[in-house]
Amino acid sequence: MTYHANKKGYYGEFGGAYIPEMLYPNCEELRQNYIRIMEEPSFKEEFDQLLKDYVGRPTPLYFAKRLSEKYGTKIYLKREDLCHTGAHKVNNTIGQILMAQRLGKNRIIAETGAGQHGVATATVCALMGIECIVYMGEIDIARQAPNVARMKMLGAEVRPALSGSRTLKDATNEAIRDWINNPVDTHYIIGSVVGPHPYPDMVARFQSVISKEIKWQLQEREGRENPDYVVACVGGGSNAAGAYYHYLDNPNVGIIAVEAAGKGVNSGESAATSALGKVGIIHGSKTLLMQTTDGQITEPYSISAGLDYPGVGPMHAHLFKSGRGEFISITDDEAMIAGLEMAQLEGIIPAIETSHAFAIFNHRKFKADDVVVVNLSGRGDKDLDTYIDYFKL
Amino acid sequence: MNNRINNKMNSEGKLLSIYFTAGYPALNDTAKIIQDLEKNGVDMIEIGLPFSDPLADGPTIQASSTAALKNGMTTEILFEQLKNIRNSVSIPLIIMGYFNPMLQYGVEAFCEKCEEIGIDGLIIPDLPVDVYHEEYQKTFEKYGLINVFLITPQTSEERIRFIDKVSKGFIYMVSSASVTGSGKGFGHMQTDYFKRISDMQLSNPQIVGFGIKDTETYQQATKTAKGAIIGSAFINHLTESGTDSVSDFIAKIH
Repeated sequence: MTYHANKKGYYGEFGGAYIPEMLYPNCEELRQNYIRIMEEPSFKEEFDQLLKDYVGRPTPLYFAKRLSEKYGTKIYLKREDLCHTGAHKVNNTIGQILMAQRLGKNRIIAETGAGQHGVATATVCALMGIECIVYMGEIDIARQAPNVARMKMLGAEVRPALSGSRTLKDATNEAIRDWINNPVDTHYIIGSVVGPHPYPDMVARFQSVISKEIKWQLQEREGRENPDYVVACVGGGSNAAGAYYHYLDNPNVGIIAVEAAGKGVNSGESAATSALGKVGIIHGSKTLLMQTTDGQITEPYSISAGLDYPGVGPMHAHLFKSGRGEFISITDDEAMIAGLEMAQLEGIIPAIETSHAFAIFNHRKFKADDVVVVNLSGRGDKDLDTYIDYFKL
Repeated sequence: MNNRINNKMNSEGKLLSIYFTAGYPALNDTAKIIQDLEKNGVDMIEIGLPFSDPLADGPTIQASSTAALKNGMTTEILFEQLKNIRNSVSIPLIIMGYFNPMLQYGVEAFCEKCEEIGIDGLIIPDLPVDVYHEEYQKTFEKYGLINVFLITPQTSEERIRFIDKVSKGFIYMVSSASVTGSGKGFGHMQTDYFKRISDMQLSNPQIVGFGIKDTETYQQATKTAKGAIIGSAFINHLTESGTDSVSDFIAKIH
């Protein structure tokens, strides 16, 4: 039994490549080459070197003493917030830009919601001197001005997605349409473990550096490679996929996924895909997604712009459906309070996405000798305005 | 398998096929547009089932889909509107839509309903030929439905041969690497591609779509292909001139 993708990109019943014929050559080229390229010694060497010197890896695995005392268990934080550009997103964009170069592509497109993946893509394009176009919903452009400015400063062109609900899912649609229109010279850097095969598997592999490091770091600290639980927030699910990756097939390690309940799972304003979603097709992948009974994709809501994706990666859909993963939904309020607590107990202001993961400790008891690793996926600088509004700081 | 699509493909002459989005401009325009198209000599119709996230479509069809959904169009309502369509219309009717709404309706229930109404075929851009062949072909054929696949200038010869093998009606030949509605006229690249496909001597006839907007592009496309499909240009016409002027548009093409 494995929780990794099979050759056709399925995780159980989820995944695959439900794409228009126009995208087939692009995805097929990638599918035929991605594993071979990732396993080339020269690729590995360049990837590892950039992660070390440019991203700042390995990121620390930090024992959160005061948080542990408060909740009566052993809590470790995997500090992805200390990566260059402020989140785990850059692990994937470094990998994919090297992939694009080896495939001979000279134009990069990406989608972004809150702007974190857009910034991480613009960053690696600047690093390599490659043209970069980032699609972003018109509404997100208006509410994420600092990240729009960052992308522009990094030399990227930010194109507004004007269709549909003008947010992340529509930006993704626009990026896919761009790829249809530019099938030969362009590589599409998807930001999460979503989209058609081979994207979910490829992005998970690039993010798997997170759990690879946790293993040896925990060995150093605790004399064991395996924690009792790994906790991560899930929007599309890339930071979670990276944190779970090397533990997926080890039943002794509990996997906990935290989704955004927004104003409450049954409030009509939520992004809790596992609780509310049904099996369907979104952006080329068969997975759980939020939709009407008629199969129209609906717009999710969360206070965190990084969690309001109407679907979830097929790996996570399978973890949910099979019962391998424990899925918990956390409301806006619970997340905000957990974020404040993290700041005051550990001196770390987390991204609101990550704050959702910390709220788990008010939801669920752990044993005193449990080792719980929480993936601290991003830092909270980008969310300061939201924190200020919420707490009237 | 022999249905209206096959009979039409075997008939003399070139075919003009029209796509429109069901529920646009107004929710209940569907039957009237279909009837008017047949009256004006159109050979085949693609009825678009609107979807919230039409990946393969350009701005025109995106906008008409969004408007149709806003008008209240659903799968159920479309089937209701088409219930008696075979009393007045005899040309082939194809439903074109994305896979997710069909999946939610239930693929078998959807096919059964299509047969009951007298729908002849389906075009589902995001249901790849391989998945269809393995999982759904038997169901579609049980209800006498022809599923139509797309090829593009980038589709490999091997894959075109496979698509030809699985196809039972015609092959939808996408004119260029693009989403719908981005037609800038046809250059050498298109005419070379049309000829290359024609020279392959496929067992299914080809109908060209994407970028057909006027007499000139229709003529160019049908020089080697059996017919051509017009979508975005017709929807733009409906937007500008309303549903009473279908004849003007068709007269300009023929």
